[in-house]
Amino acid sequence: MKIGVLALQGDFAEHIDILTQLGADAVAVRLPDGLNGLEGLIIPGGESTAIARLLHRWELIEPIRTHVHDGMAVWGTCAGAILLANDPGDLDREGLRLMDITVERNAFGRQVDSFEADLSVPSFGGQEYHCVFIRAPVFSSIGPRADVLAQLDDGTVVAAKQGNMLATAFHPELTGDTRFHQLFLEMAAGNVVPIDIARGARPA
Amino acid sequence: MSSQDGNGTSKAGETGTWQVKSGLAQMLKGGVIMDVVTPEQAKIAQEAGACAVMALERVPADIRADGGVARMSDPDIITRIIETVTIPVMAKCRIGHFVESQVLQALGVDYIDESEVLTPADERHHVNKRDFNVPFVCGCRDLGEALRRIGEGAAMMRTKGEAGTGNIVEAVRHLRSVWDSIRKLQAMPEEQLMTEAKELGAPYELVRETRTLGRLPVVNFAAGGVATPADAALMMQLGADGVFVGSGIFKSSDPARMAHAIVQAVTHYQDPQILADISKGLGEAMRGLELSQIPEEELLAKRGW
Repeated sequence: MKIGVLALQGDFAEHIDILTQLGADAVAVRLPDGLNGLEGLIIPGGESTAIARLLHRWELIEPIRTHVHDGMAVWGTCAGAILLANDPGDLDREGLRLMDITVERNAFGRQVDSFEADLSVPSFGGQEYHCVFIRAPVFSSIGPRADVLAQLDDGTVVAAKQGNMLATAFHPELTGDTRFHQLFLEMAAGNVVPIDIARGARPA
Repeated sequence: MSSQDGNGTSKAGETGTWQVKSGLAQMLKGGVIMDVVTPEQAKIAQEAGACAVMALERVPADIRADGGVARMSDPDIITRIIETVTIPVMAKCRIGHFVESQVLQALGVDYIDESEVLTPADERHHVNKRDFNVPFVCGCRDLGEALRRIGEGAAMMRTKGEAGTGNIVEAVRHLRSVWDSIRKLQAMPEEQLMTEAKELGAPYELVRETRTLGRLPVVNFAAGGVATPADAALMMQLGADGVFVGSGIFKSSDPARMAHAIVQAVTHYQDPQILADISKGLGEAMRGLELSQIPEEELLAKRGW
């Protein structure tokens, strides 16, 4: 299964390592041509401000939107999640506007407030998921087309899913627990029909 | 792993752990960190696509020209830069000046650079970086120096190069030296590691870890002499995770354009056609300095041990 990792800036190499370890054919994507033939695309952690500029500069916004509408799975971690959101908070560029979520950037504060936490992810069953939040965003509201996957103890939403799209405010690529990557590979393999298409929200 | 000792352990909701410190450096990879001295410059850097800015009082080329003691920046300027941009803000403290580090942590900077570009405060000791919640980046010229800093708790490294020269030759030397030593470790039978650690002057456990990983245990950027997109791509092709650009941007004739081009060069460092296109029409790069013209005692890379 061919999975792309957007390699404009950020920790794309970490995602590629895990995908390779799980048996996927992982490739770095820097130009629109690189999207052809992908069953999934990961937008990694990094600086959303920098990645947004590079997405526009290399004319990747519309090609990514088109591929996702045509069934390519997509997953954003941290900066990647910000870029997937319909409302990317105070980001000063337009993002991909794909997921029905509203993001608040740097919601926990500056780097000294970055933290680790054990997260209960109901769809993973009993064992908690240890995760790292680095200058992380939160999903301050989740629209009707998206589903909550995980919350912090205080109810803050930090993972969400919408058809063939996945967003996590933290970094599964840093902790060695591959359950989110496995979930994403299942989503990519399943060619899940996007919820917004299924419900007729996609423009004809 | 030994590099994690004393940097906090991982428990739910815990801040300042090794994972969050080294993790922020991982988020900066494939990016350009730009030296800025004013909020206006910080804005230009962010607009050009910098992944972070380094707030300092004078760029290295001016520190070199002005002489005198170079210290941590005015906290007021650092605060204004923090308020101006959303990307991470780094700031420099003098080598061994742990009170400047405390002040920078209190100001809320995202990374502290314990830097040879400023005048050292201690000729024998570096800051104990494990004492801090904020992560540190430190300079190195070779593998031994890198592993000593990581041993003290640095969560990110940069090869030093020679700051403020616009001359890439020292940056190449230092980056090649680190990789040569790592390749040597990997080719070596295990019984030679302790002797190698002794000769490197590096903690044994970190030497072992580096050998197993086949790279430094933390992210490593290149610094000290990057003046063009081609310089930046050279550093990336030689195995840097990203680049620091100091004087190279705001000492060029068109800083916004040069900054933008260097960002593109770090993303597309493997694509000569794109590098050719983005290198056109940038105006004058900063005027460089021939290393042999710099008196021995004015070389910044020799500061620290």
